[in-house]
Amino acid sequence: MSILINKDTKVITQGMTGKVGQFHTYHCRAYANGANCFVAGVNPKKAGETFEGVPVYASVQDAKNATGATVSVIYVPPSGAAAAIDEAVEADLDLVICITEGIPVHDMLKTRYRMQGKRTILIGPNCPGLITPDEIKIGIMPGHIHKKGRIGVVSRSGTLTYEAVGQLTALGMGQSSCVGIGGDPINGMKHIDVMKLFNDDPETDAVIMVGEIGGSDEEDCARWVKNNMKKPVVGFIAGITAPPGKRMGHAGAIISGGQGGANEKLAVMEECGIHITRNSAEMGKLMQKVLKG
Amino acid sequence: MKIHEYQAKEILRQYGVPTPRGAACFSVDEAVAAARQLGGSVWVVKAQIHAGGRGKGGGVKVAKSQDQVREYANQILGMQLVTHQTGAEGQKVRRLLIEEGAQIVKEYYVGMVVDRSRQRVALMASSEGGMDIEEVAAHTPEKIHKVWIDPVAGLTDAESDEVARKIGIPEAAIAQVRACLQGLYRTFVEKDAMLAEINPLVLTGDQRVVALDAKFNFDSNALYRHPEIVAMRDLDEEDPAEIEASKFDLSYISLDGDIGCLVNGAGLAMATMDIIKLYGGAPANFLDVGGGATTEKVTEAFKLMLRNPKLKAILVNIFGGIMRCDVIAEGVVAAAREVHLSVPLVVRLEGTNVELGKKILAESGLPIISGSDMADAAQKVVAAAKGK
Repeated sequence: MSILINKDTKVITQGMTGKVGQFHTYHCRAYANGANCFVAGVNPKKAGETFEGVPVYASVQDAKNATGATVSVIYVPPSGAAAAIDEAVEADLDLVICITEGIPVHDMLKTRYRMQGKRTILIGPNCPGLITPDEIKIGIMPGHIHKKGRIGVVSRSGTLTYEAVGQLTALGMGQSSCVGIGGDPINGMKHIDVMKLFNDDPETDAVIMVGEIGGSDEEDCARWVKNNMKKPVVGFIAGITAPPGKRMGHAGAIISGGQGGANEKLAVMEECGIHITRNSAEMGKLMQKVLKG
Repeated sequence: MKIHEYQAKEILRQYGVPTPRGAACFSVDEAVAAARQLGGSVWVVKAQIHAGGRGKGGGVKVAKSQDQVREYANQILGMQLVTHQTGAEGQKVRRLLIEEGAQIVKEYYVGMVVDRSRQRVALMASSEGGMDIEEVAAHTPEKIHKVWIDPVAGLTDAESDEVARKIGIPEAAIAQVRACLQGLYRTFVEKDAMLAEINPLVLTGDQRVVALDAKFNFDSNALYRHPEIVAMRDLDEEDPAEIEASKFDLSYISLDGDIGCLVNGAGLAMATMDIIKLYGGAPANFLDVGGGATTEKVTEAFKLMLRNPKLKAILVNIFGGIMRCDVIAEGVVAAAREVHLSVPLVVRLEGTNVELGKKILAESGLPIISGSDMADAAQKVVAAAKGK
């Protein structure tokens, strides 16, 4: 078991024929059962062609009809990425993962509005994607640092997630699934949504949540954890030294109006029973300690 | 991206929001000429810098004669204006806004932000105009009224009038405020704003509603479709290091410390700054070189950090994912050679081909200190910066 995706998931790649899409489609297909999972690409101008043996369709709907795929991953450039999400939602997919960084916020506001009442789940944008080790990886993370196991990982970051995963793997703790929810201010799944799935997953024993400055997603998740979570949670927040009012790389990583600071987030998380560390080199060790009791 | 007050008012006027008449000026003579052309007997001389709190810092003066306009323009142009948002060194004033004076009866606050939790544009309004809204939110949050705007319906007449009444707008002025709020919302959406403030929105003695001050912050990811906003960019208001970094697609922010850090990925870059602080050092910058840390990017990043006279050491922290560590190591070595690195360099590599990467660093002949993990690297760079 795992959350959201497994070795039997069938995936459509939107933006597969571009440079980034080609590169990552190659690596995703090379990982675990990927060759059987990535079954279709979408490009209206290249319908009927193939890439690495994967057929290209004119639309997400066509790709879904032809292959039965229920998930899509998006590498479309920023100006067209929100429309690509809309198309996947219109095709009634289960899950859409948007890797693209740099989508205008107002485009995402409109897309999220259109998603109301629809059943499609969105991960991202501006995220590394998600992986269930030894089964499937959908996104841009390096597959080989992961190890199959029973720790869930949820994070707003890319390389900092790899850092957490690398520490877990080095200490012999494998992962059930790792989900990068992305660094944009307007996004799909939030920490709390992923945390709920991990709580219900019989093959996840504990969770690492990695957050950063900006917004209040981590606090919302922490309050839910306090009242509902049956499994231990280890937490880290990046940006204790970040100055207010400055966007720290990610569009959503900004302390504004006196809100979204790292220390404030850590305080709420600690209060809610999450095992926190202020040292990013200690995430794995803290998890080990927590599991040993 | 931020713009000046006079630019914000130009945009608002296009959307039907009334502002005082005025003109942007770059010299004292221009300021006096502008006052003459505006006519009347009272003018406001306003420093144009991107930071808030200009009035308290002495950057806004009311002149009762053209001689006073000259006097104040002389004082303000070229001054280092210090406000709570500029830092202690202040910001040099290079532009003025000369406006007709307004007879203020009452001041209100109106603002818009993108509310991340609700995923809507939020209108905020308050009777406490002219105040810092963060102060109002902290001490009297009940005085801030919010409307979360439906993106299809827009800000409706009913919503606008209701919030106007809540903040105490007199009945006679409700329709005028409606035009202001709806104009502000249309500006916000059509120009891809992240934050907008009219503070204060004033009611004048002759029962007019006017935007006396205005502030915008635009979504940098949407600037590609707004050349008219990009044209308003004032590079004098930005950190030269950050401007230089943006030319090379590097994400860079100057900080106060003396340890430079070069990292791939924004989250890891913040975590690297934090761990330097945790071990007793002080980061000099945030620097994300992105996923592909090429030799060219690493070289430019080194050059940027080395411009900082306070710099005492550099920490390179790379988690090589799909990007291989040996490629990154070659880039770091080539860059270090090209810039004749004058401060201690600590490198921590992790990920694909890490052993090969470390070997390249060790055999380069450069005095590179290797860090085995983030904690080890941070401790070593803090020690190096202290001359240990």
